[in-house]
Amino acid sequence: MSKVRVLAGTRKGAFVLEADGKRKDWTIQGPFFAGWEIYHMKGSPADPNRIYASQSTGWFGQLLQRSDDGGKTWEPVGNKFAYEGETGTHQWYDGTPHPWEFKRVWHLEPSLADPDTVYAGVEDAAIFRTTDGGKSWQEMPGLRRHSTGNKWQPGAGGMCLHTILVDPKNPARIYAAISAAGAFRTDDGGQSWKPITKGLYSPFLPDPTAEIGHCIHHMALHASRPEVLFMQKHWNVLRSDNAGEQWRDISGNLPGDQAVYPDQEGKTRVFDLRGFGFVIDVHAHEPETVFVVPIKSDSQHFPPGGKLQVYRSRTGGGEWEPLSKGLPQRDCYVNVLRDAMAVDSLDSCGVYFGTTGGQIYASPDGGETWSPIVRDLPAVLSVEVQTLA
Amino acid sequence: MIRVVLPAHLRTLARVSGEVVVEVAGPVTQRSILDALERQYPVLCGAIRDHVTLRRRPFVRFFACSQDLSHEPPEAPLPAAVAEGREPFLIVGAIAGGAR
Repeated sequence: MSKVRVLAGTRKGAFVLEADGKRKDWTIQGPFFAGWEIYHMKGSPADPNRIYASQSTGWFGQLLQRSDDGGKTWEPVGNKFAYEGETGTHQWYDGTPHPWEFKRVWHLEPSLADPDTVYAGVEDAAIFRTTDGGKSWQEMPGLRRHSTGNKWQPGAGGMCLHTILVDPKNPARIYAAISAAGAFRTDDGGQSWKPITKGLYSPFLPDPTAEIGHCIHHMALHASRPEVLFMQKHWNVLRSDNAGEQWRDISGNLPGDQAVYPDQEGKTRVFDLRGFGFVIDVHAHEPETVFVVPIKSDSQHFPPGGKLQVYRSRTGGGEWEPLSKGLPQRDCYVNVLRDAMAVDSLDSCGVYFGTTGGQIYASPDGGETWSPIVRDLPAVLSVEVQTLA
Repeated sequence: MIRVVLPAHLRTLARVSGEVVVEVAGPVTQRSILDALERQYPVLCGAIRDHVTLRRRPFVRFFACSQDLSHEPPEAPLPAAVAEGREPFLIVGAIAGGAR
């Protein structure tokens, strides 16, 4: 019988949660690496027993852990992330040049075909790759050396490269997103990158349609149609049908906020903005079914009205329905961070997300009903799911 | 024989309990102790000082003989009591003040 394994990275350790295909009764292992921040864990699609975890603290820096037995035991692998050549500078919060400094690994993206190959998205923004199972990591410097790199600025959470999507039909095509530099694509395996931000509008920028500077929170695609991208951005949700060449807003009827920014003429204007949030994911079997979790902003970062709701669009965006059965509908003030949602690929697609309040919610029926797998973990930073035969 | 006390997280990482002992050839300094420690426990590379710059990580402190030696030059000789193994070289995680 099929089973699923949920990999949860939290502020104070890693947890591995398993259930059979019914997804009702769960076993929970952990905490692994207790006391350390686990920004992300992800299993290899080519070998589900191979799992990588990013382990860090402000005290002792970055470690990379690897499991070869499905998360039961772990061994530290290489943790040297050295930028290639001259590091150069990006812009600091005050606009002054600031040297690139490695801080942590935010996201690990194992190759679809080779368990020993993994991409790592790091802060300060860069992409690294291992081809020896994590023993050594080499920067793919084409991204950091992009001609706009010296103008990139960190978002409030740091200048993190948090999203890496490898095109399943063309592994030389990779998408990356950086807060708050924007979204980029390579078509030559990482040698050269181009911004893919046409159609994005960020009223907090001096030029709201600038090529760089957009605060992208997360991106997702469906393997059957990798040229279609979905983006959760600071303030709204977007879609591209041509590999990021052009984006259009699909926030539709998502909950909204009002924000005051200067307009293009420098006059104060109240913007009606819909669809703030961090996570976005696509149904395993329905490429036009998309999930987001609206969050109130600009700084509150909890569910609107204290009601935790997942919104689902079955039309590829634009039209959204709230899903709340089993989720708290009062007094809920948690956040759902950018890497904390995932889907399984069982016949009835399971959807999972974790909160900063330590809950991991699971829906075994594509979002119709929800229940907590666990309620009291440390703040959840990331959730990934493996569907096991 | 140099005695080194690691903070709890690094003892877990190095899979040791209590003090560890390293051999240092030549002058006993912060750098020579850390070089020996990292040779003996490669998993500690990067956890105490930066891989590339070899600068002490900001929230790590070095104490010995009731003194805070964190801001001493890495090549400065350490007290004779450390070099002679009578006192340990302490690697300490700075107090966080409750953050996280």
